[in-house]
Amino acid sequence: MHDPHTRTDSLYFEYPIFPFVKPPEMAGQTVTHQVVVAGGGPSGLTLALELARFGIKCVVVEADETVSEGSRAACVSRRSMEILQANGVERPFLEQALEWTHGTSYYREHEVFRLAMPHSPDERFYPMANLQQNIFEELLVRRAEALGIEIRWRSKVVGVRQKDGLVELDIDTPEDVYTLRSRYVVASDGARSELRRLMGLKLNGESHEGRYLIADIKMASTYPTERRAWFDPASNPGKSVLVHKMARDIWRVDYALDPEDDEETEMQEDRVKARIGRHLDYIGEKTPWTLDWIRLYKAHCLCLDDYRQGNVFFIGDAAHLVPIFGVRGMNSSMADANNLGWKLAAVLNDNAPDALLDSYSPERRAATFDVFANAAKSTRFMTPPTRGYTLLRDAALQLAVGHDFARQWVNPRQSAPYDYVASSLTTPDSDPFFAGPRPGAPLASVKLADGSYLTDLVSERFVLLVFGKTSIAASALATLQPPVTLQTVTDARAIAAYDAIDGAAYLVRPDGHVCARWKSATADKVRAALERATARSNS
Amino acid sequence: MSLSIDSNERLYDALAAAVDRVGPAQESLFLVKLTLLLANQLGDEPAVKAAMDAACEELGPR
Repeated sequence: MHDPHTRTDSLYFEYPIFPFVKPPEMAGQTVTHQVVVAGGGPSGLTLALELARFGIKCVVVEADETVSEGSRAACVSRRSMEILQANGVERPFLEQALEWTHGTSYYREHEVFRLAMPHSPDERFYPMANLQQNIFEELLVRRAEALGIEIRWRSKVVGVRQKDGLVELDIDTPEDVYTLRSRYVVASDGARSELRRLMGLKLNGESHEGRYLIADIKMASTYPTERRAWFDPASNPGKSVLVHKMARDIWRVDYALDPEDDEETEMQEDRVKARIGRHLDYIGEKTPWTLDWIRLYKAHCLCLDDYRQGNVFFIGDAAHLVPIFGVRGMNSSMADANNLGWKLAAVLNDNAPDALLDSYSPERRAATFDVFANAAKSTRFMTPPTRGYTLLRDAALQLAVGHDFARQWVNPRQSAPYDYVASSLTTPDSDPFFAGPRPGAPLASVKLADGSYLTDLVSERFVLLVFGKTSIAASALATLQPPVTLQTVTDARAIAAYDAIDGAAYLVRPDGHVCARWKSATADKVRAALERATARSNS
Repeated sequence: MSLSIDSNERLYDALAAAVDRVGPAQESLFLVKLTLLLANQLGDEPAVKAAMDAACEELGPR
């Protein structure tokens, strides 16, 4: 019998406790669901919201009785904000989140890098927004509830079988075990995925040695929101320390442990308080503070060989573990949900063959490897794994004090969206373009004359963005399978940003990624690209 | 004639790997030989001396 009990106290967040509700299956009803989402964290809940956009009902099963504990993934990227916007959560999120663009890195007493993330009035969202994961998850839960999405709390997956195109899950609850049947299952059950274990799947890749201690403190400081990093500060010689401001007067302090540091000793509250206290003194922070939450973190670059296993799809940490540096963990998990959501819906709504779902794993695994490449570099800088990397890091930091060329090595490489350039769904350019998002890339934002943004035009349907004059009739697009919405853009700045003369067009997937573009679009070209983007042809 | 960002990224990893390969006992000798080879290729004595001065900055325990 699975009966979780919450133990969490927090200085800023009241953990909601959700009840177990007896599902129809336990009353003897046989139900075949379209999609069951196993795991109600950011990736699973985002996927449930994505499905709801397309009219697909799903059931979320969550082992716990509340949201996840502590700040955890606290940094949401602009691309993730666009996903939240598509799912109607951006307003409550931004009411609480802290948006930011800049960061500073210090070596000893010297400023050695000033981070300025790309930002302009053309963007609806800031490059980053900080909000603790527990607050964020509760927002997603409330949105899901408002949409009538069924979340089954205190329900733990303990068995899985696939037969005849269906997936059966055995669910343990406070009352009894029952069987849940579904056409598709999405495993979003996190880093210690039970579904992954039950299916005998292994994560492959490398684990890094570097360990980080993460602490949330409550402190009513008015210092602005930015990313601050210190290397070898006098407060904690030899260590690197990161400080981020979050909502509700909570600050997040991360610092690297040395290989010889003992985890149990370092996790002791007095020890953590002493280290943080020394650092706050060192940076001249005089605001009183209290410790809220501590956690140990280890960097991994691990993923499954295939994110699709029959009719079970792995998303988020269940599919891949990535280092926190550059905030790619939850942001790539939300991109997984955004990628898989419209594809599941297209197949379940008979707009595409099951083969479309085969594109999920290659597209998102390519994104994972891109994350690995960047995050591994950041990890080697934050916690050098060898003598060689330690020397190079220290040399780069010392040189960065007085030499511009060395500052690039100190760049924290913040998360950037991934372009599905090599995907089988993407039609490569046949016309020359000198600007605009390339096929595979997400739409680039442009603020239009009426105050809206070009990215607002992404919808549940494929969209053909037509610039200037076109010979394509909206009626011709409406009869395509699936139907395509025509959007005409006449804004001069958008036309320039997309290198789009009269007759040029961009075909945009429901997840906001461009899948084809032409200087001179025709209905036939659009039809061919649409067939390719829905896996009905490969040419 | 400075290096591109990508070149610098690759050289960072390559140099770290080389230091690890030669091992701590030979590390200093390796780095001095590397410096002399690069100085010879640069062929500019004042520039090498200026780089030596720059490399001395920020050295030492805090």
